[in-house]
Amino acid sequence: MANLNLDPILSNPDDLYEALIAAHDGLTREESEALNARLILILMNHLGDPGVIRQAIEAAKR
Amino acid sequence: MTWQDRYPLSFRLYPYARSADQDAARPVHHPVVILGAGPVGLALALDLGLRGAPVLVLDDHEGVGQGSRAICFAKRSLDIAHRLGCGADMLAKGVVWNRGRVFHDRDEVYAFDLLPEDGHRHPAFINLQQPWFERFLVDGIARAKAQGAPIEIRGRNRLSRMDAAGDGVTLRLDTPDGPYDLRTDWLIACDGARSPIREMMGLGFEGRVFEDNFLIADVKMKADFPTERWFWFEPWFKSGASALLHKQPDDIWRIDFQLGWNIDRKAELDPTRIRKRIDLMLGPDVDYELDWTSIYTFQCRRMERFRHGRVIFAGDAAHQVSPFGARGANSGVQDADNLGWKLAAVLAGAAPESLIDSYDAERIHAADENIRNSTRATDFITPKSPQSHLFRDAVLHLARHAPFARPMVNSGRLSLPSVYDASPLVTRDALPGSPARTRPGAPCPDARLGDGYLLDHLGRGFTLLALGATVPSVPDGVAVLTLDAANPDLRDRYLGQAQRALYLIRPDQHVAARWAACDADKLARAFDRAMGKAA
Repeated sequence: MANLNLDPILSNPDDLYEALIAAHDGLTREESEALNARLILILMNHLGDPGVIRQAIEAAKR
Repeated sequence: MTWQDRYPLSFRLYPYARSADQDAARPVHHPVVILGAGPVGLALALDLGLRGAPVLVLDDHEGVGQGSRAICFAKRSLDIAHRLGCGADMLAKGVVWNRGRVFHDRDEVYAFDLLPEDGHRHPAFINLQQPWFERFLVDGIARAKAQGAPIEIRGRNRLSRMDAAGDGVTLRLDTPDGPYDLRTDWLIACDGARSPIREMMGLGFEGRVFEDNFLIADVKMKADFPTERWFWFEPWFKSGASALLHKQPDDIWRIDFQLGWNIDRKAELDPTRIRKRIDLMLGPDVDYELDWTSIYTFQCRRMERFRHGRVIFAGDAAHQVSPFGARGANSGVQDADNLGWKLAAVLAGAAPESLIDSYDAERIHAADENIRNSTRATDFITPKSPQSHLFRDAVLHLARHAPFARPMVNSGRLSLPSVYDASPLVTRDALPGSPARTRPGAPCPDARLGDGYLLDHLGRGFTLLALGATVPSVPDGVAVLTLDAANPDLRDRYLGQAQRALYLIRPDQHVAARWAACDADKLARAFDRAMGKAA
């Protein structure tokens, strides 16, 4: 089973962080939460590995 | 008329003296006038003067204003100052630092080393109060003048009117002896964020205001904190929403507190109140004096163009950033570095006037990069929306146990020089297998040579650097520098997988072109392009 990678692998995290924040521009709190939920589901599907996803859920709860 | 200064001085460096120009029947002509003797105006004046171009600097004061203001001077600024003959003074006085630590509450969440390699004359940063930076430049100007450099600084000359035409500008200056007029071919506006020239020309300065106030307290104390940049998000001592601690020369420490948007400015500047905040941070038993305090807000913005005919804007007059990342004064010094050789070449008739347009292209690119970085840092420190705040706090939370989040912690991405990738002056990269950091448009990284450092060997003009490659015949105005390709720093930074290389390097130490091999024809074309002569 693959292990969740928590080491930095993005070559330019600032670009993506900015894009993430910009996606929420002008949204209400409810709209933002819904966007986040959709985004998590999309990324979860892309990851595809149930073991990794479960580890990610645990890491986020810490 | 009684003369009113706008602010008190740290150093009186260029006392008003009546000039013969004030008694002339007609406005006296000067090829270049720089308005503003700040770090940018002084660096540009010294650069032009050392190139033999006559330059007149006008300032409405007689020296440097009080307050430490810009304190972090980056390696690139030191490299430039060194070329101008002032680097050693700055390095000797400044506090050297390369490392930073970022805390959330009590915990360290991120640490960085800005210069993780050897072989550089200068450190990543020194901390030096802006008045000292300016004073060392004025000292450098005095030394250059003694060697014949045609530089003049006139204190208490305040611009009151200007008239810009296609081929020059007429200026009206107020002095303690009354007004007089001057004529100049080129007017360089280094007159700061509130640029009077920009105002008089009615030019826009658009951008974003950040709704937050920051308190600066310069504190004099004996303390043994390490010489690192320490930044706290939501500090445990609760003196502000964020805090910064940084060492300056002469036992002065810069402390910054984030106060929020709706504050009573006057009440916050009350020394008793400031001391309360500092005591929370340092503890009740630390002895210190308040040396200088100020509250600032900031904006990120730039002019649409920096060149307007014969008027050229540089430094804060052209672009403004938030202080996170030390990109203000450092980028202004790079503006001066970019403009100096181009203006000198145009004045000497060696390059077409259109070379000046590349200043616009290259430095607007740099300003956008600086604004982007400083805006991102500011959005992280001062989240602009509840959602942004949520993600910021999530990054800080994760950074404690998940290494991937640490590089996302943004307390300021510290000033690095721009690479002029899309510049009209650079020639397409023709050195396969070589490091990206030295691609055309990049500033040359330093390297240790047996007898010193690489940058010392790059002169005031263009240089063709040859590493194991055959040198073709070179155009007039290009010096040849042949170095040992086996030198480990040069191999690492300039060759990579390549066996040999030729680098055409501009007077501002940026790479104009590089090849594995090159004939006289190709070299001449690249040189023409770098001089603004490309069709």
